Amino acid sequence: MIKSLDPRITRAEIELTNTIAPLEENDQWETYEVFHQKKRGDQHMHVGIVHAAHPEMALLFAKEQYGRRGQSVNIWVVKTRDVYTTDYEDSDIFDTVPEKMFREAGGYKVMEKINRYKKEHKI
Amino acid sequence: MNTATIKELLYKVADDLLIIGHRHSEWTGLGPILEEDISFSSMAQDKIGQSQALFQLLYKLGEPEADTNAFTRNANQFCNAQFVELPNDEYDFSTVRHFLYDHADQLRFEMLAHSSYEPLAKLARKVKGELKYHVFHANTWMVKLSQGTEESRARMQSALNASWNYALGLFEESKFEKELIAAKVFEGEVALKSKWLSAIIPFIEKAGLKLPPEKEWNPVNGGRKNFHTEHLELLVKEMGEVFRVEPHSQW
Repeated sequence: MIKSLDPRITRAEIELTNTIAPLEENDQWETYEVFHQKKRGDQHMHVGIVHAAHPEMALLFAKEQYGRRGQSVNIWVVKTRDVYTTDYEDSDIFDTVPEKMFREAGGYKVMEKINRYKKEHKI
Repeated sequence: MNTATIKELLYKVADDLLIIGHRHSEWTGLGPILEEDISFSSMAQDKIGQSQALFQLLYKLGEPEADTNAFTRNANQFCNAQFVELPNDEYDFSTVRHFLYDHADQLRFEMLAHSSYEPLAKLARKVKGELKYHVFHANTWMVKLSQGTEESRARMQSALNASWNYALGLFEESKFEKELIAAKVFEGEVALKSKWLSAIIPFIEKAGLKLPPEKEWNPVNGGRKNFHTEHLELLVKEMGEVFRVEPHSQW
């Protein structure tokens, strides 16, 4: 057990254990999701995963697995377990009732107004 | 500045890169995990590529073509430091060597980026990014393995002890040292070694390892003057095997 240098933690008797336990044989490090950015200003895109012992190592590996062809300017790694996801069983939440014309751009008769304006001003 | 002086400098840097590149490549397929295997192999390719670029500079100075130069010389014609020819042993030694060597390599190229010998300065600027990654990789593993378990720490310390005097041999001085410095081609091995010590010591401390006491520092020199361990002969034989069988084959 690690004894904290912070007296408040020592008083609270919180057990500080080393969170990095040695791997068992044939065990794997946890995975990190890798996102790369092709150009500064572009969105980062998900490109795959790497196994790593800690974030810095994940960056090392991500660079070689996904960035070595010289097509990246930046890489993000995120622990897979820190990614929250919807369930495929719930994919019907993305369905929407098609009759809601007021939600569609076409629901607004804007084009008509635009065309009338254009005609009036001879644009 | 006569070309013999430049050639000597180019040869030692090229040979270090070629030999360590070959040693690193011996880990391909055997690395501790897939991702690390790929990373380490990729760095091995970088090293060989860097050596190739230097052999091309030598070719322009009248030396044999890059492949011929790399693959047909005998061990006693190489001027790499003995450190880089030692067998890989386990991953502890390979990691420590990678750490000690790559810091020296990066700093050497940083110095060479300001060389008055423009072709070399240009090359040094070109490989900057590769070397930065190699050092980042080395630092990460050096610290991580040293802080793992009791066993991993002990192994890293013993690998560091075993490497140390060989690593000091990277800074064996050339007989042209003064001329190189005067002509601003290269600031010299003494300056490089001092920069190297300042660079590596913080990481060694962070890793919780200890350098051998200074009175025990005893550089293993000779490599630059073509004296080598028996390991280089085997390496060179294997490395050039295919080329020697069919020197004119096209790849």
